[in-house]
Amino acid sequence: MPQLHDWGWEKMLNFMIRRIAIAIPTLLILVVASFLLMHAAPGGPFTSERPLPPQVLANIEAKYGLNQSIPVQMWNYIVGIVTQFDFGPSFQYKDRTVNDIIAQGFPITFTYGILSFLVAVVAGGALGISAAIRQNTWLDYFAVGVSIGAQVLPNFVMAPILILIFTLWLGWLPGGGWNSGQWQHLIMPVIALSTSYMASIARLTRSSMLEVLRSNFIRTARAKGLPERSIILRHALKPALLPVISYLGPAFVGMITGSFIIDSVFGTGGLGYFFVNSAFNRDYAVMMGVTILLGALTVMFNMVVDILYAWIDPKIRL
Amino acid sequence: MNISVKAALLASAFALASPALAAGTHPVTGEPLADNQTFTYRVLDEHSSVDPQIVEDVSGSEIVRDLFEGLYNQDEKGNLVPGVATSFETNADKTVYTFHLRDNAVWSDGHPVTAGDFVYAWQRLANPETASPYSWFIEIMGIKNGGAVLAGDMAPSDLGVKAVDDHTLEVTLAQSLPYFALTTTHASTFPAPKWAIEEFGTDWTSPENIVSNGAYVLTEHVPNERSVRERNATYWDNEHTILDKVVALVINDENVALTRYMAGELDRTEIPSGQYPALSASNPDEATVFPRLCSYYYTINMSDSAPEFLKDARVRKALSYAVNRDIIVDNVLQGGQTAAYTFTPAATAGFSVPAVDYAGMTQDERNAAAVALMAEAGYGADNPLDLTLIYNTSEGHKKIAIAVSQMWKQALGVNVTLENQEWKTFLQTRGNQDYQIARAGWCGDYNEASTFLDLVQTNSGYNDAKYSNAEVDALLASAKTMDDPQANYTQVEEMIANDMPIIPIYHYAGNYMIQTDLQNWPVENVEQNWYSKNLYKVAE
Repeated sequence: MPQLHDWGWEKMLNFMIRRIAIAIPTLLILVVASFLLMHAAPGGPFTSERPLPPQVLANIEAKYGLNQSIPVQMWNYIVGIVTQFDFGPSFQYKDRTVNDIIAQGFPITFTYGILSFLVAVVAGGALGISAAIRQNTWLDYFAVGVSIGAQVLPNFVMAPILILIFTLWLGWLPGGGWNSGQWQHLIMPVIALSTSYMASIARLTRSSMLEVLRSNFIRTARAKGLPERSIILRHALKPALLPVISYLGPAFVGMITGSFIIDSVFGTGGLGYFFVNSAFNRDYAVMMGVTILLGALTVMFNMVVDILYAWIDPKIRL
Repeated sequence: MNISVKAALLASAFALASPALAAGTHPVTGEPLADNQTFTYRVLDEHSSVDPQIVEDVSGSEIVRDLFEGLYNQDEKGNLVPGVATSFETNADKTVYTFHLRDNAVWSDGHPVTAGDFVYAWQRLANPETASPYSWFIEIMGIKNGGAVLAGDMAPSDLGVKAVDDHTLEVTLAQSLPYFALTTTHASTFPAPKWAIEEFGTDWTSPENIVSNGAYVLTEHVPNERSVRERNATYWDNEHTILDKVVALVINDENVALTRYMAGELDRTEIPSGQYPALSASNPDEATVFPRLCSYYYTINMSDSAPEFLKDARVRKALSYAVNRDIIVDNVLQGGQTAAYTFTPAATAGFSVPAVDYAGMTQDERNAAAVALMAEAGYGADNPLDLTLIYNTSEGHKKIAIAVSQMWKQALGVNVTLENQEWKTFLQTRGNQDYQIARAGWCGDYNEASTFLDLVQTNSGYNDAKYSNAEVDALLASAKTMDDPQANYTQVEEMIANDMPIIPIYHYAGNYMIQTDLQNWPVENVEQNWYSKNLYKVAE
């Protein structure tokens, strides 16, 4: 099977440059579209139960530059990002900038996200592979049962139940908070976040593994009398992982950017909370900031997936 | 008025009792105190700021009241007690207030707290460049030139406030305001450390930079997770502070917060709606309910954009009469709320609820009167009224809207379309009078009836009904300078009951689960202005 060096570093570099060149206009379109959609939503960041007197509102809008036309605001915003990497101030949390919010929240979601990712991949992959190898045995039924169960139990139901069991009844774990990422505070968020991803990975791995195991080259390998262990690990695993890897790219981004449910139920202080609340609060700059972050990560990891794909599957040329 | 006598009495009471503090008992009550004096409570959302002139939300103001101290504080009942000021006097027509500041108040970095710090803070509040969301409070306070400074027509230095010397603050008002001193407990009037703000800019409120003059200092802040404040050793009255540490945890989900309270992680949390009856039965010593200075009501569009039938006072009255408030508070809410027939809550200081006519009727009488009013207006079984009621998306508002629409249907045959909208969309719809009937709620900014009744003034920015009654406007204007405006307020409430631009439904109740070792929660302070320095934990 061709390895990375077969198609050369030069080729890969070319590929990456090409992808980055496409990523820039993609992100720009994302910025413009989000900006326009956001401003099209009724109300604004300073609409509140008690409307501000016109003079007070005018002073605030002047401070944040909201008194300018939308194209001017958008231009200033993009210039600020490109020249100073400045994503602007939060309108809701007035002591903090968007850079502060991301710098503080992203490490938190990244920590519980990456752990969830590892748990989901290892547990999901193991479940899927063992179910495929032992198709139609109790192990298979168990794996399928677990993954369907995990898939249908949404995390907004599971998270409060976990707290009820582990905090109130058993008293084993703290019911939330972050506490600088102490392990006791990580367990429930990781379980709640990884479960449904694990289920998807298990089902994907199982079905693609089954498909590969029925293919001709595996039959040939078996006919040659190779041991089953080496057939699975050396020949079947790589092609079976292809569909899983294309799922893992977006899943990885989804997990490391956190979850609104996790952050609001466990009070972890992560970034996931802002994906929903900045929109409700019309906190324009924060909403743009998290959208761009998510967009950039998505573009980046799609690229990583493509590279991995080419490495695994010789049929794909960059 | 001079309340320094009260201060002196209070100080001497503490002085007599203070030796007991060392022995681990409360200096006044003698209760044994717990070793661990940490108070942990739940907040719904991350606070907007802890900058006194910038903060605008309730949870932020709670922190600011601990970190900073203004001229006056409130006691457990909401009465004024000395803060940085020890006394004040006014001129005869109550347009000039002179505050005398204590000489032992210092900032957490050792600077003395001076009258100049208040002058700076108030100018900063009014300065358009600060863009404070509460800058309008300068106008509520009636400070001379406040409006002009706010509009940028005058320099902040022209504001009617000056430091006569380091410990004397003189405030000049645009007009006589008898309750001016009450406004000095508001967070936006607290002093600000000019040197720290100029050095650190908006970062001055982070735990490493902040300089404050209250009983506590900010020691930790993990946004959206927790903020921690600890005893301020430089506070002038630190020896009487009992709680050492106060932790606010952000927990968005009220049911999760209750679970964590039950697991002992929190000392105080809100009771989720509908759970008060069960919790007061299972944990009677912890479930606490008390009146709040807030009203829940429906506002009726009376502007030009409104349909004709809503401009008919008989229809508006009929709709209000047909709302069975007792069912809403006793069966729907079940959390200690009280039925409302006037806009101003009974809990408001110096306000006695006037006997508006429909409050005294039974619900059957009200329904009969409502049917008659509708018939007079030309609506009945053969000609039913169709209307739309909007509310912002929330389970609680939905339950009430469903109950009210059923009452209108049953009593009057009115067909109601219910429509829920996302919060900001809802505010825009209501603010643009693009509605027929809309849900609304209002909490007083200070403990005086005008904080409610000013809403029905023609020019009020909060008058979403666009109600306009020259008589009401005149009564409210003259009430401003009266020593006892009750007679005016009674008349205004009667006019509201007669014109019914709004349908008062209930007055809020606060309800908390409070652990039994936490003492002195000010349940009688209707504004819920609580100060951690007045709380303590007893040994159990």
